[in-house]
Amino acid sequence: MDQVTLVTDTNSSFVDKAADAAVRATPTTVANRVRGMSDRSIAWAFITPTIALLLAINIFPLLWAIYLSFTNFRANRPNAAIDNVGLRNYERVLNDADIWQAMQTTAHFVFWTIVLQTVIGFTLAYLIDRKFRGHAFWTTVILIPMMLSPAVVGNFWRFLYQPQIGLFNYIVSFFTGIPPSSFEMLGSVSLAPWAIILVDTWMWTPYVMLICLAGLRSIPDYIYEAAEVDRASGWRQFWSITIPMALPFIMLAVLFRGIENFKMFDMVMLLTGGGPGSTTEVASITLKREAFESWLTGRSSAFAILLFVAVFGLANIYVKALNKVKQR
Amino acid sequence: MSSANTAHSVVEPSATTKRVAGAIVIIYALVTMIPLGWIFLTSFKSPPDSISYPPKIVFTPTLEGYCNLFTTRTRQTPEYIESLGPPTSTCDEITRSRNMVIAGPSNYWPRFQNSMIIAFGSTFLAVFLGTLAAYGFSRFRVPLADDLLFFILSTRMMPPIAVAIPIYLMFRGLGLSDTALGMILLYTAVNVSLAVWLLKGFMDEIPREYEEAAMIDGYTRLQAFRKVVLPQATTGIAATAIFCLIFAWNEYAFAVLLTSGTAQTAPPFIPTIIGEGGMDWPAVAAGTTIFLVPILVFTILLRKQLLRGITFGAVRK
Repeated sequence: MDQVTLVTDTNSSFVDKAADAAVRATPTTVANRVRGMSDRSIAWAFITPTIALLLAINIFPLLWAIYLSFTNFRANRPNAAIDNVGLRNYERVLNDADIWQAMQTTAHFVFWTIVLQTVIGFTLAYLIDRKFRGHAFWTTVILIPMMLSPAVVGNFWRFLYQPQIGLFNYIVSFFTGIPPSSFEMLGSVSLAPWAIILVDTWMWTPYVMLICLAGLRSIPDYIYEAAEVDRASGWRQFWSITIPMALPFIMLAVLFRGIENFKMFDMVMLLTGGGPGSTTEVASITLKREAFESWLTGRSSAFAILLFVAVFGLANIYVKALNKVKQR
Repeated sequence: MSSANTAHSVVEPSATTKRVAGAIVIIYALVTMIPLGWIFLTSFKSPPDSISYPPKIVFTPTLEGYCNLFTTRTRQTPEYIESLGPPTSTCDEITRSRNMVIAGPSNYWPRFQNSMIIAFGSTFLAVFLGTLAAYGFSRFRVPLADDLLFFILSTRMMPPIAVAIPIYLMFRGLGLSDTALGMILLYTAVNVSLAVWLLKGFMDEIPREYEEAAMIDGYTRLQAFRKVVLPQATTGIAATAIFCLIFAWNEYAFAVLLTSGTAQTAPPFIPTIIGEGGMDWPAVAAGTTIFLVPILVFTILLRKQLLRGITFGAVRK
């Protein structure tokens, strides 16, 4: 029988367990007796390189970005004098209508991709958990899209979405009778946001499905057997057992998809590049435009820091909620 | 589950339920495979077939897309082409039939090689460093372990573009911009967070009594690590390596911002493949097909470990 466990406890979660393990692990007499390096020096020799690399390539640039966010530095003019402008960059970002527009676009994208992926992903997981013949094989087939490169596949979806020659328009027209050249998924202001939501859903529903499936398999059979003895209807069992017990897993999937889609860049960049106009310009694309096209390095750094703080803050609040649900 | 209660078991769905569930799942799977099937088909179409209306499902397959992917071509007069000797290869023949001659190799193969060097290099480094760090965190009392581990995980939450600006500046200062070494270091740093988390989970599952027994038998801790722990962790290390490889292979944001020429990988290159008068979709499809095949193989190899990898070890099976 598959044994499935959910290990996230909290943000310090994963971590308390680590500490416990370390306490249990801390070798006593055995270690002290042995020859060679002491455990302490081995521990440090093993951990330091990783920490050093993360400091150099993750933390140092982040600190640098924080510093730059208080300056008027422009990366395309490295020799110009750098002035400290205090909080002005942050002020400008927070008062910039374009940036709020981008945040709304991002919110729309994140909301609908999560809704669609959770509904379809959970349904699929529920159906796969009926354990029909060949379910393992078809599960693997379903998983394929999420392993592929969003940029390379997103680029090809551009071809599928072509108004006259694209397969997508052709299939839609085949089933609905709407002429295939009468609508442009990527070129129309009303359809483009849905075009990117559709590709994201195609790609990442398997991800949510896989986590939901783990959730469903973590529910022990005896609970359903007990419910049956109590003559609970199938409907009742679904809402009182299946959903509540799978909820922490569903929430975990939503967390991971939320973080990923909040910083979505590659797929949207290749599909629409933010267009038409700025209808699909999600936060990362605005950031890229400000940083690498307008070269407003200071201002874009301020925006980047605000985004990071937002993801980090929201994720932490969410993990707290997740733990409450888990402890129920 | 005993066979006696299977007939009435509440946990064993009825045959009809199974059939309906299976049908829906299979239809979903087949529909989601259409785009991938279409990429594969398009890679064997001629450029006119690829943009015909209605889209062609039946067509004469040709290797033109693959030829165009790997070569650059120049248009020539029919007289000039006549004057050449017999075609030296299939691609030569196809190119000539379009009144063109092969001018030289395209950039696809160098970009593909870059992808391989950078993906394998960074995977090796990330798994190497990750294995050591994971063992350290799993077996020893490390001061501030909680904070360090959470810090390692949180580096994954940063939008790549957010750190791309200072990394761009830093690489420019160090002479690492547009170099394979720079990209390897960058992807290693991104992947090592995943590697430490996953590997620590795998190592926590190896009973520490094994090493203690080995050490009582006279092994040093390092020997015990090498001869007892590592062999036990092989599956976990292999799975972690494949996850790192897939990330590095698929990555686009850093690659497009930090590489432009010599170190450019395939993902930023493939969308720039163009033919005469617009996108050369068969060539793009051919490049995409070749690029996706390794990942398909890995996905099948990984399917048992997939869940753990995509949730940072939060869900274990």
